[in-house]
Amino acid sequence: MSNKVIYAIYNDDDVLMDAVKKTRAAHYHIEEVFSPFPVHGLDKAMGLAPTRLAICAFLYGLCGISFGTFLMNYVMIQDWPQDIGGKPSFSYIENMPSFVPIMFEETVFFAAHLMVITFYMRSKLWPFKQAENPDVRTTDDHFLMEVAVNDNESELVSFFENTGAVEVKVIEKH
Amino acid sequence: MYTFSSKLKTFSFILMAVGLLGIGYGFYTAPKDIKEVEQLLAAENHGGHGAIKHEVSVANESHVVGEDSKVAKVSEEAEHSEHLNHVLHQLQNKPWAALYVACIFFLLISMGTLAFYAIQQVAQAGWSPVLFRVMQGITSYLPVASILFFILLVLSGLHFNHLFVWMSEGVTDPKSANFDEIIAGKSGYLNFPFWIVRAAIFLLGWNLYRYYSRKNCLAQDEADDNLNYKKNFKISAAFLVFFIVSESIMSWDWIMSIDPHWFSTLFGWYVFASFFVSGITMIAMVTLYLKSKGYLEYVNTSHIHDLAKFMFGISVFWTYLWFSQFMLIWYADIPEEITYFVTRIQVYNLPFFGAVAMNFLFPLLILINTDFKRITWVVVMAGIVILLGHYVDFFNMIMPGTVGDQWFIGVSEIASVLFFAGLFIFVVFTTLTKAPLLAKRNPFIEESKHFHY
Repeated sequence: MSNKVIYAIYNDDDVLMDAVKKTRAAHYHIEEVFSPFPVHGLDKAMGLAPTRLAICAFLYGLCGISFGTFLMNYVMIQDWPQDIGGKPSFSYIENMPSFVPIMFEETVFFAAHLMVITFYMRSKLWPFKQAENPDVRTTDDHFLMEVAVNDNESELVSFFENTGAVEVKVIEKH
Repeated sequence: MYTFSSKLKTFSFILMAVGLLGIGYGFYTAPKDIKEVEQLLAAENHGGHGAIKHEVSVANESHVVGEDSKVAKVSEEAEHSEHLNHVLHQLQNKPWAALYVACIFFLLISMGTLAFYAIQQVAQAGWSPVLFRVMQGITSYLPVASILFFILLVLSGLHFNHLFVWMSEGVTDPKSANFDEIIAGKSGYLNFPFWIVRAAIFLLGWNLYRYYSRKNCLAQDEADDNLNYKKNFKISAAFLVFFIVSESIMSWDWIMSIDPHWFSTLFGWYVFASFFVSGITMIAMVTLYLKSKGYLEYVNTSHIHDLAKFMFGISVFWTYLWFSQFMLIWYADIPEEITYFVTRIQVYNLPFFGAVAMNFLFPLLILINTDFKRITWVVVMAGIVILLGHYVDFFNMIMPGTVGDQWFIGVSEIASVLFFAGLFIFVVFTTLTKAPLLAKRNPFIEESKHFHY
């Protein structure tokens, strides 16, 4: 079984959107689309599931506020409840206003950083990562749609030539 | 064109009638003299003297501070009568303060809407022009509210009530028993003629902007160039400059001067955030109502989503200012500043912290979700809580300085809100019938019709 794919290359995002819609209508499986910039509505046209990154961030924020509360409660109230300038260190709630800046910043810190790390992990990005660029022009001014070939090579090539592609290549993938 | 449904009209009349009856009842049942207060207090606490004396210390700070030195000297008998006099003033203030809170709350809702409208004009927002007529409808309540509120201010100045301590007889006179050195020192700013002239200028300025903005907007529909639109852009920019100055001074004059011994520098912003978010919420609520009746063809869930985002964001902004004001004063704990919050925490505990729950926690948890911001009933529910929460916020600002520990959300308070709500509904929806609900030739109207997020 060969794993051949079609690279259909476009030079306009509107043409690309049309091509994606046609490809979906013809029930060809789109492996990937490469674009130099975010194309508004592309994910919807491709039928990608919405991201759940925001839900992650909310949960991380909850962790952050819990950590901030725990930290200040342990340090300032439980461990060594000193009288510092007359602040009431008898219970957490009594001295709560002075802890709010820390609780807030911890929430934002956890939510932001953990969400970014989640994003890197989910999209497999890290410093010495090998770039996965099928065609260098896709980072500059070309769009590329990758579609799997299953014994219907000539049919696919002619299909993509009709969608306004400036170039259609058949590539053997390893 | 919108037609005022007869049901809603009847509803607004019922609100006004019930409100008026309740307001009248509130004034009728307020004690007339010290004897009635004595009977009231005797009925309330059977402990007699001891319990009553205890109340003096908790009672309204702004009244008490100036009297402290005197109170120590006078005999118990005199102290008792002084206390009764104090409670009498508070109880007599109650229906007035209820009226005042409701009146300024609805006045400022229409001001919040007007400020939002002006910002949308100046920012050349592409999403909001389909909502301009709704906003103009809401701000049409401004002239009516201005007149009523101005009358209320004049009545205060004519000593029909004791809402403003600094207006009482003799506070600036060193020979008077009422003399208050702190207030006397502020009398260059806090004197009735200057105060009422400022109020007149601000109300006039706001109303002028509203009048001309609406007029130009309607003229733009019939014009064949964009001159009216450009005029509106310019007067909106000028209005926003005037607004932010007048708003700040307004908050000192109409709200902060209720507690004339206290001051806070970010008070103007805090008041602004409170009524700005109420105004935006009101836009969302009226829009959703009209949409549900099928009058706003081009308003889609994306417009609602944007409004809900503003409700969410400005709610958090209000909380930021609320907390900044509270925390700075709490942290430093300077006696002349902290009394403001001592009264509120001791005597108004539930409304004081309840307002934070209603205006921050609830919208924070409900409106953070993108899908929820597009669901009508979620936005309406959040809107109701936000509006009630900001009523409580104004209640917290005004009541402690006027009625002190005699506060209660009873007939007077609810009836005042009902009356102004009815009047608001009547005026707003009457205006909405006067012009098409879609501006025709606004340069951004096409973009706004096809707005989607």
